[in-house]
Parts: sequence; C-alpha cells; structure tokens
Amino acid sequence: MRIGVFICHCGSNIAGTVDCPKVAAKALTYPDVVFSTDTMYACSEPGQDGIIAAVKEQQLDGVVVASCTPRMHEQTFRRAVERAGLNRYMFEMANIREHVSWIGKIMEDNTIKAQELVRMAVEKLRRNRPLIPKRFETVKRVLVIGGGVAGIQAALDCADGGQEVVLIEREQSIGGKMAKLDKTFPTVDCSSCVLGPKMVDIAQHPKITLYACAEVESVGGYVGNFHITIRRKATYVDWNVCNGCGLCLEKCPSHKHPDPFNENLCTAPSINIPFPQAIPKKAAINPQSCLKLTQGKCGICATVCPLKCIDYEQKDELVDVDVGAVIVATGYDLFDWHKYPQYGQGRYPDIITSMQYERLLSASGPTGGQIKRPSDGKEPKNIVFIQCVGSRDRSVDRPYCSGFCCMYTAKQAILTKDHLPDSQSFVFYMDIRSPGKLYDEFTRRAMEEYGAHYVRGRVSMIYPQDDKLLVRGADTLAGTQVEVQADLVVLAVGAEAAAGAAQLGEKLRVCPDQYGFFVESHPKLKPVETNTAGVYLAGACQGPKDIPASVSQGSAAAAKVLGLLSKKELESDPAVARVNQPRCVGCGKCIQTCPFGAIKEVADRFGNPKAEVIDTVCQGCGICTVTCPQGAIQLEHFTDNQILAEVQALCPPKIFANYE
Amino acid sequence: MAKIAYYPGCSGLGTSVEYDSSTRAVCRALQVDLVDVEDWSCCGSSPAHTVNHVLSAALSARNLAQVEGMGLDQVATPCPSCLTNLRTAAHKMAHQDFRDQVNALLDIPCRTNVETKSVLQVFDEQVDPQLILSKVVNPLTGIKIACYYGCIMNRPPVLMRFDDHENPMAMDRLMCALGAEVLPFPLKVECCGASYGIPRGDIVARLSGKLLDAARRLGADCLVTACPLCQMNLDLRQGQINRALGENFQMPVFYYTQLMGYALGLDRTELGLNKLCVDPHRVLGKIKQPVPVK
Repeated sequence: MRIGVFICHCGSNIAGTVDCPKVAAKALTYPDVVFSTDTMYACSEPGQDGIIAAVKEQQLDGVVVASCTPRMHEQTFRRAVERAGLNRYMFEMANIREHVSWIGKIMEDNTIKAQELVRMAVEKLRRNRPLIPKRFETVKRVLVIGGGVAGIQAALDCADGGQEVVLIEREQSIGGKMAKLDKTFPTVDCSSCVLGPKMVDIAQHPKITLYACAEVESVGGYVGNFHITIRRKATYVDWNVCNGCGLCLEKCPSHKHPDPFNENLCTAPSINIPFPQAIPKKAAINPQSCLKLTQGKCGICATVCPLKCIDYEQKDELVDVDVGAVIVATGYDLFDWHKYPQYGQGRYPDIITSMQYERLLSASGPTGGQIKRPSDGKEPKNIVFIQCVGSRDRSVDRPYCSGFCCMYTAKQAILTKDHLPDSQSFVFYMDIRSPGKLYDEFTRRAMEEYGAHYVRGRVSMIYPQDDKLLVRGADTLAGTQVEVQADLVVLAVGAEAAAGAAQLGEKLRVCPDQYGFFVESHPKLKPVETNTAGVYLAGACQGPKDIPASVSQGSAAAAKVLGLLSKKELESDPAVARVNQPRCVGCGKCIQTCPFGAIKEVADRFGNPKAEVIDTVCQGCGICTVTCPQGAIQLEHFTDNQILAEVQALCPPKIFANYE
Repeated sequence: MAKIAYYPGCSGLGTSVEYDSSTRAVCRALQVDLVDVEDWSCCGSSPAHTVNHVLSAALSARNLAQVEGMGLDQVATPCPSCLTNLRTAAHKMAHQDFRDQVNALLDIPCRTNVETKSVLQVFDEQVDPQLILSKVVNPLTGIKIACYYGCIMNRPPVLMRFDDHENPMAMDRLMCALGAEVLPFPLKVECCGASYGIPRGDIVARLSGKLLDAARRLGADCLVTACPLCQMNLDLRQGQINRALGENFQMPVFYYTQLMGYALGLDRTELGLNKLCVDPHRVLGKIKQPVPVK
C-alpha cells in the first residue's frame, strides 16, 4: 500500500503550537507511507489540488490528512480523494487542531502528540478497504410537527415547492402563540391580520393535510423513509361534517372551565372553537368539563347540532403516514412565574403575565380590547411592567436571555398609551436588548414618544395596599429604592422549552440541550439541521426566537427538505454493521440491544437462526459489535482489527519483556 | 414527645421575659418537654459576627456542645436571632477547617449533631394540631390578627429550611386554630429596623411605622410577633414612631405565645400581658366570651 500524509498548518491555528514540518518528516518513517508534506490550508482549493496531484503522481492508494475535526472537513477531503480516483473510504483524518493545538501550549509535547495521532491514522488506513454506499429511494412527503408560525411557514414553503405535507398540531387550531398576540413589534401591525391569511392558505392548499388535536405517537425508519404514527385525539365531534356554525357553543350549559386560549382570564364552554379565525374551524369537546362525558347527563350539543356531528363515543384514532423528512416546529412555553415568591405566587389577581395582557389588549379577547384589571374590572392608571421574569436568572435555572421580552414590553407600553392616554407605564428592566432591524428605535419610541418610564433594576416585592399594588424595586442607575403604586402589574415572562419536547425528542432521536431546547447540528453552519439525518428544526423549539426569526427558520428548514427530496435517490452510509454469518450463533443479543431496530433474525439455508443488519436503518453506533459474544458482527470502517491497530500504534506491546 | 433542650436567649431574661415565661407555660400545656440548656451563655447576638466569624461561632457552638453533653439532639429557642446564630454556627462548621478553628477555642468540642429549631417550628411540626384544638378554652373569636414573623425567622431559606421564606404560614395556621381571624398581612417578613433602634431611631420609625400602617389598613386589631427585637420596636417604640411620623397608632403587639396561652386559659401571671407597653385590654375585651357549658 502507498500512503500519502498531509499535515495542515491551518494558518497559525495548528502551526502556532505544533511543528508541522517535523510531524510530516516523522510520518515518512511510518510503514507504507511513501509521501508526506505539510501544507498551509489543506481544505483550500490549492490544498485540495495538492492532495489530488500527489495521489496521481505518487500512485497513492490511501491518504491521511492531519488537520481539524472530521465534523468540520471529513466530507471535503473524502470528495477530494474521490476526485483523485480513490474510493472515499481510503481516507483517514487525524484531528491535530481541536485535540492538540487548541488545547496544549507546549510546542514540543504537542508535536509528539500530533505525530502519534498521525501514526494511529496511518495504521487504521492500512486496514481500510473500499466501501460502496447503497442507494435508496425517498418518500416525497414531509411531516411538519407544530402549527405555530414557524411550522406554518415551513409547511407552506414545502407545499409550494411541490412536496406533499402533513402538518400536525397538538391544539385544536393552528396559529400557536402568534394567534394570541394583539399586535407585533416593531411595526405594530395586527398579529391575526398577518397570520390569518397564512392559516387559511394551510387549510386550502391542495398539497397540505392538516391534523389538529394530534400528536406523534411513534417514529420508525430513517431519512427518506420515516414511518410515523399519528394519534388523533378524540374531539367528540365528527370534523368531516362540522361546519363550525357555533350553535353548540351558545347552548352549552357547562361553561365554567378556564379558557386556555384566553390564558385563563375567562371561561369557555365545554364544547368550543377557541377563536373566530381558528383553522380548522371545528368544534371540540373538552372531556374534563363536559357534563355528558363526566356525569353522563346533558347532551344538549347533540340535540342542537343541525348537522348531527356530535359523537360522545368517539375514540382516539391512529393514522400511519410515510414521509421522507420531518420538520420539528413545536415552539416554546412561557415560564411559570409562580416560582418567584416575591411576586405573590398568585395571591394577587392584578399581577398577570404578558400573554394575559396581550389577550386584554386584543379586540377578540375577553374584554373586547379594553384594558380592565382582573380583580374589579377597573381601567388601570399606573401599569408596571417587570422584565426578565424567568430570563437571565440563575436562581431559577434560566440563565439565558429569552430575546423577545424587551421588545414586546416596549410594544405593550406603546399600546397601553394608545388604549389609555391618561395611563403611565413603568418598566423595570435589567438591560434593553433590542438588536434587530428597527428594534432599538422602537424601544426608544416607547420611552421618548409614549412616555414609558424605564427603571433599571429588579423588583424585590409586590404587595397590596388598599386596592393598589405596591411595587418595590431598585433603581440601580440612581442608586435608590423605588416604590410604585400600581393598578396592574404585567410580568414579562420568558420562554422555556415546550412541555412534551423531551418525549418527542426521544422519539425523533433529537437531543435536547440542558434547558430542553433541541440542539442544532452546528450552531453557525447548520442551524436548522439536527444530528439525525432527515429531521430539521424550525422556530423556538431550538431556542427562544421572535416571529421574524421563526419565519426565517421555517423557510430555511423547508429549503433543506426541498433540497433533500429533490434527489431521486439517497446514498446510505456504508459504515454500518455487518454479520459474519458462519460465525453467528443466532443468540439474538444484538437484536435486543440495537437501539434503532436495525437487526432482524433470518434463517440461513439450513434453517438456523442468524442475525442480519438492515443497512439503511443501521446508524453505525457499534453497540451490537460489543454485544456479540462471538465477535460475529463487525462495524465496517471501524472493525476490531482497525481499532486495535490504532491502539497498538499508540501503545506498542513490549513483547521482549517476556525474555528478560 | 422526646425531651427538647431549651435555649431562652439573653433577652428572655430581660426585655422579653414575658415571651420566655409564656413560651414555657404554653409548652407545658401542650406537653412539650423543655429542659433548659445547662450553663448556657450568650449566642453572640448581632455584635459578635460583625467582628469575627470564628469567635461568634464559638459562642454559639459552646451552647450546642452543652446540649450534646445533655444527651439531646434538638434545641429550641423562641428568639429568631439566637436561632440564626446557632444554625449559622452549625452550618459553617460543616466545613472541616472552620470546625477545627472553632473547636480549638472550646473546652468541649462541638460535634454539630444538634439541630436548632424555633419554638414555632416545634409547635408546627411536632405538636398534634388536634391536641391544640382540644386544649382551647378561650377561643380568640372576634379579633383580627396580623401575623408578623420578622425578617430572619425563615431566611435565608437555605439556612432555615422552615416554611415559605416570602410568605410563611406557620403562625397564621396556629392563630387560626385558636379561633382568631387571621388577615393576609403582606409584610410578614419585612424588616422592622432591628437594632437600628439605638443608633438610628428614624429608620426604625420609618420601617416599623410601615408595618403598623399596613396592619391598620387591613383592619387588624393587633400585631402578633415571634421576635423580641421586633416586638420591642413595634411596641415599646410605638410612641416614638407616632411622634416621628405624626401618627396615632394604638396597636397592641403580642408575642404569639401570649395569645396561645390566653386561648388555652393559662395562668395570666405567666403570660405577662402587663409587660406590654400598648395596652392590650381593649383588644382582649373584643374576644367573645364562650358560652359557659352547663
């Protein structure tokens, strides 16, 4: 075998603390290495051309590049050796940047470690063999999970791009958090007027199938061929027939249940359509409060329904669908402010969340757009906004900035002045974070044109005095305590991971971060991909995001999916497990341990049970290879022999010791 | 119930002698078996820890060692300030270095396996509520009470580990059980001004004045406290507060044990109601007399 070794300087990233020419010179002494050199940037065009030229001139049949992490450039160099006429698996990478130059400061030690890593790569490469990927067809259909604005955008873009889309939404209507908002920053345009037409597009698009009141039950398969089971929860209304006339809502006698769409500021009938612009505009029964379902009496809705679509016997329904790609757009939840004892933990009705305030501002909200405080229905005069409730606070394990609260608080202060010209808003803030087009100008408008009084400091306690709330806090710029007599307090609650995100992540094999948000494949270069091929992220399920950013990500995820499904066939990674059938005793241990269900039992020609790997499902994790008591399963490209060769290169066995 | 060591604290022998005597009387009535800590000494109070943490801890740890010597594992004190010092000493002595420094100063080393509790916590956690209910002979029906815990009974929460640190309820529950109408007092854990009574009377006038004002706005007949210093600021200095703020507060300030003793029908001399500065009799007169059972 003829091996070429290329040691990358990566500018000064590696060469700063590793003697690259020395590593290259040492590599020439390793077995089978016939060519070795150092190069400024191996990944650049001249760098790649140098590799290709060397392969041709030196008749190399294997290449080692010592540079950065394979996560960065393995694909780049595999394509380069392929262009030079080699099989792309006749290539090995030694990571001498993240594993050497960036973590050690002593040039001498670093150089030795780099040499050893190159030695290991050479020993592995000597045992590599060409591998040929298999090709398989993809299902031309996309599943979008979550019908908030990010999911809506992703679904519409995929459908407009010609793919079939299945959009599922946990709630009764799509629209997500944006449907609850009154206005949006920084333009102060009506939220439902912007979102409404997009929601209608979802309902009318011939390529989109919408399942509301539905969740992902299970996920099988792999990129291009996912098998999804969807649970459609019982709504007790036949949605094929219901036309959303709303007669049942008016007649329902059980209407004491808090209305979640209105953030529990008012009550809703037990059979309900959450808001006028709901998509789908269908009624559904709340089984927790319906008299018929809880006590067996009533049945008025069934009597009054002109289309006879009420069905108290309805059960959950499972729907199977095959898709080629999945976009996760499950959004976020609001921080539970009751964790802060200083805000009264719910003892004072006139302390509300920002989302509740949105509902009070909204013309379709419980007060018809009039700001009335919950305790006595009076119009407030002094309104205190408290920012960073559940953001940037390690004491409640929420050290991150939720990003949008500064902006929506400024918007709410502006709207408050519009609604109540005699009112005065006070905003307690830590820092104003408004990076974005026209954002900082907007917060300045709230202060300068709308007279919102901004106080830099935290609130230490809120307590009632007569019919007002005394808000006590610090003014850190003036270095004093301040006390504001407020009629209404609005808590700018931060964002946290959506309830159920962890369970969904487990089904889709998408990692949550320490706060439950899904982790993207690369924080800068792969913002909508995940580490599971074929699963993409959009919107606030990946981290707190405002509407423009969520929409951008929805479109970005759709572009990725359209790119994926535009290929007729996909290649499967050939670095998968393979069973040496004569060795296999058919014990089935590998079948039990495989987390992906990628191994099945087959019979050989004598009828003996044997294990067989399904290439396209295997993720190459290697668990089966360590499970197999016979050593009958080997992971291609990472065989026991290859790994042992690497270990021995690092720690040569001292065989002479026995003869002393 | 197992015997509990009792640490009265210095104020229990002086400014809050009625708190001490009423606490002892109520404990006797509720079968809480208190044994005085033998040869106890000052916990260090506020001055010690402002000078030196080791010396301050040694003053408290000496008392904890005395309790260990008595073979007991719990010590109760009515005074939140003593409670803070005793608990802080044990808490800091969890660190070996600190413990060695403290024990070097003591004749008998302190092993810190004694738990310090407030007497209120003992009532809340270790006395059967049914027992209390069964002993009530003069229910406090007819008076409105604002319970005031003071700023250090429950805080800092990591040290005290008792009740809610922003909205404690143990005393509220107790007073409720005795038949009083307990008002949702929002300033339960606000500072009264504490030891600023001596150097900066204006601060105590402002802070304690705020407490009295909040109680009056709620319509409270009286304040109930669990701290000798709070009680002193609110009661003894009420005249000073009135003069400083141009107010006319006439708000009796009880120790909660005094009202407990009253409800349990204990000997009035032990309750020390005559020690209070603001005359409580007008408020006590509001209590509806129970109909005698024939």
